[in-house]
Amino acid sequence: MSRPPLEIAAYEANDGYQSVHKIAAGLSSNDVLETIKGSGLKGRGGAGFPTGLKWSFVPQGENSPQQKYLVVNADEMEPGTFKDRLLMEGDPHLLLEGMIIAAYTIGASKAYIFLRGEYTTSVRTLKNAIAEAYDKGYLGKNILNTGFDLDIILHTSAGRYICGEETALLNALEGKRANPRAKPPFPQVSGLWGKPTIVNNVETICNLPGILTYGIDWYKGLGQGADAGTKLFGVSGRVKNPGCWEMPLGVSIRELLEEKAGGMQDGLGLKAFLPGGGSTDFMLPEHLDIALDYDEIAKVGSRLATGTMIILDDQTCPVGMVGNLMKFFAHESCGFCTPCRDGLPWVDAIFREFEEGRGSEKDLQILREHVDYMGPGRTFCALAPGATAPLGSGLKYFEDDFKAHIKQKRCPYKH
Amino acid sequence: MSTQVIATTKNRARQLTEEEIAEIEHEKTLYPDNQAVGLEALKIVQKYQGWVSDESLMAIADYLDLSAADLEGVATFFNLVYRQPVGKNVILFCNSVSCWICRCDDIKDHISKKLDIDFGQTTEDNEFTFIPVPCLGDCDNAPVMMVGDDLHRNLTPEKVDEIITQYRNKSA
Amino acid sequence: MAKIVIDGKEYEVDPNNNLLQECLSQGLDLPYFCWHPCMGSVGACRQCAVKQYRDENDETGTIVMACMTPATDGAIISIEDEQAHDMRERVIESLMISHPHDCPVCEEGGECHLQDMTLMSGHNYRRYDKKKVTHRNQYLGPFINHEMNRCITCYRCVRYYDDYAGGTDLSAQASHHHTYFGRHEEGVLESEFSGNLVEVCPTGVFTDKLFSDHYTRKWDLQAAPSVCVGCSVGCNTTPGERYGTLRRIVNRYNSEVNGYFLCDRGRFGWDHVNSEERINSPVAVSNGEFSDLNDEGVQQLLADLKSGDAIAIGSPRASNESNYALRCLVGVENFYAGVSDREHEVNKLMLQLHRDSAFNIPSVRDIANADAVLIVGEDVTNTAPRIALALRQSIRNKASELAAENNIPGWQDAAVRELAQHNRSPLFILSNAATRLDDVAVETTTGSYSDQARIAYAVANAIAGQSNDEFGLSESQQSLVEDISQALKSAKRPLLVTGSSNGEGELIKAAANVARALKSDTPTDLCLIVPEVNTLGLEMLTHTENKLGVALSKCTAGEVKKLVVLENDLYRRAATADVDAALAKVENVIVLDQMPTATTAKANHVLPVTAFSEHEATYVNYEGRAQLSFQVHRTQTGAMPAWRWLSDGKDDVNAIINRCAEEASDFDHLDDLVPHLSQFAAGLKIPRQSHRYSGRTAMIANLDVHEPKQPIDDESVMSFSMEGMPSMKDASILGTTWAPSWNSNQSISKFQEEVNGELKQGHTGTLLIIKNSNDGSFFAPALSDAGSAEQLTLSWAFQIFGSDELSARSTAIQARMTDAYVGLSPADAERLGIKQGQPVSIDGAATAIACVREQVAAGNCIVYCGEQLNPNDFGSAVAIAKSDSSAGERGITGLIVSDLLEESY
Ligand SMILES: Cc1cc2nc3c(=O)[nH]c(=O)nc-3n(C[C@H](O)[C@H](O)[C@H](O)COP(=O)(O)O)c2cc1C
Ligand code: SF4
Ligand code: FES
Repeated sequence: MSRPPLEIAAYEANDGYQSVHKIAAGLSSNDVLETIKGSGLKGRGGAGFPTGLKWSFVPQGENSPQQKYLVVNADEMEPGTFKDRLLMEGDPHLLLEGMIIAAYTIGASKAYIFLRGEYTTSVRTLKNAIAEAYDKGYLGKNILNTGFDLDIILHTSAGRYICGEETALLNALEGKRANPRAKPPFPQVSGLWGKPTIVNNVETICNLPGILTYGIDWYKGLGQGADAGTKLFGVSGRVKNPGCWEMPLGVSIRELLEEKAGGMQDGLGLKAFLPGGGSTDFMLPEHLDIALDYDEIAKVGSRLATGTMIILDDQTCPVGMVGNLMKFFAHESCGFCTPCRDGLPWVDAIFREFEEGRGSEKDLQILREHVDYMGPGRTFCALAPGATAPLGSGLKYFEDDFKAHIKQKRCPYKH
Repeated sequence: MSTQVIATTKNRARQLTEEEIAEIEHEKTLYPDNQAVGLEALKIVQKYQGWVSDESLMAIADYLDLSAADLEGVATFFNLVYRQPVGKNVILFCNSVSCWICRCDDIKDHISKKLDIDFGQTTEDNEFTFIPVPCLGDCDNAPVMMVGDDLHRNLTPEKVDEIITQYRNKSA
Repeated sequence: MAKIVIDGKEYEVDPNNNLLQECLSQGLDLPYFCWHPCMGSVGACRQCAVKQYRDENDETGTIVMACMTPATDGAIISIEDEQAHDMRERVIESLMISHPHDCPVCEEGGECHLQDMTLMSGHNYRRYDKKKVTHRNQYLGPFINHEMNRCITCYRCVRYYDDYAGGTDLSAQASHHHTYFGRHEEGVLESEFSGNLVEVCPTGVFTDKLFSDHYTRKWDLQAAPSVCVGCSVGCNTTPGERYGTLRRIVNRYNSEVNGYFLCDRGRFGWDHVNSEERINSPVAVSNGEFSDLNDEGVQQLLADLKSGDAIAIGSPRASNESNYALRCLVGVENFYAGVSDREHEVNKLMLQLHRDSAFNIPSVRDIANADAVLIVGEDVTNTAPRIALALRQSIRNKASELAAENNIPGWQDAAVRELAQHNRSPLFILSNAATRLDDVAVETTTGSYSDQARIAYAVANAIAGQSNDEFGLSESQQSLVEDISQALKSAKRPLLVTGSSNGEGELIKAAANVARALKSDTPTDLCLIVPEVNTLGLEMLTHTENKLGVALSKCTAGEVKKLVVLENDLYRRAATADVDAALAKVENVIVLDQMPTATTAKANHVLPVTAFSEHEATYVNYEGRAQLSFQVHRTQTGAMPAWRWLSDGKDDVNAIINRCAEEASDFDHLDDLVPHLSQFAAGLKIPRQSHRYSGRTAMIANLDVHEPKQPIDDESVMSFSMEGMPSMKDASILGTTWAPSWNSNQSISKFQEEVNGELKQGHTGTLLIIKNSNDGSFFAPALSDAGSAEQLTLSWAFQIFGSDELSARSTAIQARMTDAYVGLSPADAERLGIKQGQPVSIDGAATAIACVREQVAAGNCIVYCGEQLNPNDFGSAVAIAKSDSSAGERGITGLIVSDLLEESY
């Protein structure tokens, strides 16, 4: 695989920053907005919300607040998700170019990259790239004589999964406890320091330069199914060749798993998988021929979300895997709303009991109740509902395993 | 008669160092509000001191005119702000799902045994503090951990031994 | 108005509210925790889940949080829906997983919102059998206990303490299910409104330390509606008594006055009632010998008084009834003001302004609604604390405006705050020194009275479009004047706040000029703060000419044989030498009071009078609002209300109130306050004891096995018993509010027209003062500066804990008091070689502690008298010097000023 360029000169030599030159040549912010809307780009942060549509909610015009912000969500803490890191470590200028496009479109003169603190390599590459971009006049005052100003500030997080939730992220950026905020009002209207703000995922932003440089048709043509463009797909777990690949949206899961990831390691079978990170519902081997696109996966009750798959093999305990996720979610709950704050620790405690061979039917029933109790709409933000995805589907698909734990009074996978 | 002292921060705060102040002042140029700088200042102080003591926290609150209580609320919220002393090297050990599937528990046990510490503890020689961390975003190289700023991938017990020796030698 | 459907029934609701608030306003039961009528919604607890349907055809519906959903026209919801019910039950179940279930030993037990909501939600069986999370508690000072294990993480405490009351030393800490609410380290909670945490917390995390110290169940308290006597705001309270001792005070809702909140002076400053020092029986003193005065002796004394040659001094801390009875006894011409001459003059000026139709005297609710405020020379936090809390809300009106412009509902608390950031409605302060409101003020300017008055006069001129040349203002002062006048002029509801604590008429006149200049079609809000609970009532009963000084001179001149002093320590009202000289010349000094004072020490006869909770009485607050305070319990001493002593034990309180209403001008409507039995069904009385009051038949069985007859209260609509009106709806006459399923203070919503609105049958008091039809005119400034090279211009400082005579004799308050101090500017301190905390002398005699503050203007000194100094002993300028003699023992550690942290001096 040929590495994308880290240095700005090489990046420019590969059509880098073309979109900024287009803007300098007179492309209006409205043109950009229409292009992005037309491209069908959906957010890659997990929710898959159309990016252009989101931008169009930012109030514009004389009476709108002068200060607007762009925030890049580079918090990437979803278990099993490792795609934004690759973009930032491997192609930092792509992100910066995308940010310039986004900021220009919504009229933001200040942009923050909210970067996970543990991503020390990304800190280095991004710092370097930002300095280069300032040097070349792509950032700062009056960019390429457009009259447009943009400052990019790299912010490293002090670490909490909830910071990835866009409104909690804004609180964290403001130096507050990262509890999420109520929506409405949406950040597009009242976000960072009460000003209109767009939060986009790193990968979403990295899609922008291509769309502007090569056009809508090119971009749409990249997708194989209903969705436009390509996406980073990852596979982790006990497969032969775990990794992350850019592929068209719409390729089959089987292609990703068997051709790219090389299938299961020797001696292991595929038991199930989470298609897009820890907050998605389990899928089964019977789903392997489903296309990796937003709607197709939704049809079988899961979500494409981050597109990074976690593979469960047949010699790893599914109850343990769900338990591992529950421990994570319980610990990462921000503590603001009751079902999540107090529901998840209970769920977690029950999984510890199962692990020790003390699980009971009564506990199993309590787990089932918590799936509804912490579901969408019941909690303040989407963290707990995210946790109910593997929990609910796990209870459904692995009932036998749960029962075996109860019956054998131990974990049947432990030898 | 005994008097009730209204606790104030100033008399217990330490002096911030010049470097710390310089960096905090720089952060002030990046954010429109001191509250945002407060969180940055905690990180800055931690960078120099290893952790955030009560005295440091109060010093920041005083310097930025923030409520010490609020700052404490922030400091204790985030995983990477240490409100207790840590060893020279902090091991951030990923125990999230992909690493777990790839048997990180075995590696964890190995480290625990080797260093004679559990999660949350520091070795007696003050070399290592062992902390679990949510998914480090390097799942295709599971199991992984960070020591200080460096990432270590595809861990095996042998590899862990090497890494530990390496850090021990570094500080020796 | 909008129409919504709740469980199949149609209701008319206010679309600007959320569904929870509207459900409660409609009298429906819907559990909640994190929401509060004064603090809006944040959606944290998820307790108020209901089912909402898109339209009639939607059969599934979705679960929503009522508090986070607007009550839009056409909304269809169900509270009873099974899923919604189930959700609420789960929420309770899970937020109680780590709750200690220590209800039997919890101060909140029996009036616990959590207990109520648990039952209401249907959770009654504990399934959680894993480990509980436990916490360490903190020492939070003399007022409040901390028991974090009971916490249900509703975030109300920090939202009240920080966001509403402006505190900075309580926060949410840690996270997930370890979330903790406390200080950054142990120590006294600094906010002077910390006591409200007790009522804001829906369970027993923050409880009343005084109450715990002699705890009893809520239902075992004998209680009645009362009025706080701590300052002139007249907050409504409910004191509770058992076994003859007062146990606690809680807030009593009055939409116009205190709403849901009290200050800590009011909540914790009452145990002087239980004091060992109380005067127990009538005494005669001759040649330093005390002897008990029997009934005959008392009768003789009174007969003697009636003979005509007595004069009397009234009291601003005594009721209208006692002052009026005294006035009747000696005749209006012999009834003198019980306040210093300076204050008397200022009070008269304020009464004149009360009558002026150019001004509206705002209620506390009005004050919170102001959208631009200028405070002229009054340290509101320390003189009328509850008003300071209201002013703190006024600055948020800007946020509400911005929210409305951006279509964010006002009840979306966090969103409104985020949108507004540091945008506030303007508050300007002219002051002697730093104040506790400085953190929300656009600017606080400190200087001498004349400096302050000068600026205020100039603001009035600027608003009226007149020149300010006469004042010789500096450039920065001129621009401040511009800013203030602009802010006030462009406001919809501008407010002026001033008061008499400085004893300086010029400040009040200047403020009145500003208000007059602002007047358009409607009168301008002008808040005139007076120091004590009945200062205004006393002034209304006292002739302008009848100054205290005149009375004392007459005494000194030997013209007075008999002097009656009503509930007053004259050594707080006039110069020590003058009082000494006067008392020495009077043959018979008769003092009626609750506790020994410097004045009772000089008396020939002392008659013990009842404390506020021991009698029914009316008081007139700063607005001229007369309020009725019921008797809560019988006194354990030989005390009687002063009016009863003075009327020979013959009058009853209703008779006095009626007579006062008939005879005293301005008091015409005083008798409107008194409810009559005929108003109530079957003429039943209102019980002071709850229907669950325990052990009445056996309460004193250890002393006497015969059950004592319940005392009869002939004079009041209330009875000393459990029997009476079975389902009373009028919260202004109830001992405590209670409604089926609602044992906590949250039951109040069942008594309100709508949540946070007026009480259903409630009486908010009666505004007594009648406006004149003809407007007054602008005052001409008469400013002079007192200071010189040797002397510093003196002005006064006050302390919420200490400045009020009676609360200062309560133990919890004493733990927060400071000694007398002198505030100095750094420049003067340096010149005089004085350091922070050192003893200093004032005019070579009195000692106090130096308190060096940036916010004191050079050439000025700010004196806080504490219990040690008599303010009337000083002139308008004093000489300050280092002193060797030691000051008090307390020092100045508990100072309530906002520059608390200036410790580098
Ligand atoms: C608990 C939680 C964690 C999240 N973490 C991330 C994250 O780490 N990175 C991210 O881009 N989005 C994350 N999201 C989604 C964001 O809230 C938001 O939808 C996203 O940043 C929007 O970007 P997009 O429109 O470009 O997809 C998270 C959401 C939730 C509820
Ligand atoms: S679901 Fe509630 S407690 Fe959990 S992270 Fe979101 S807001 Fe916080
Ligand atoms: S009262 Fe509605 S969520 Fe707490």
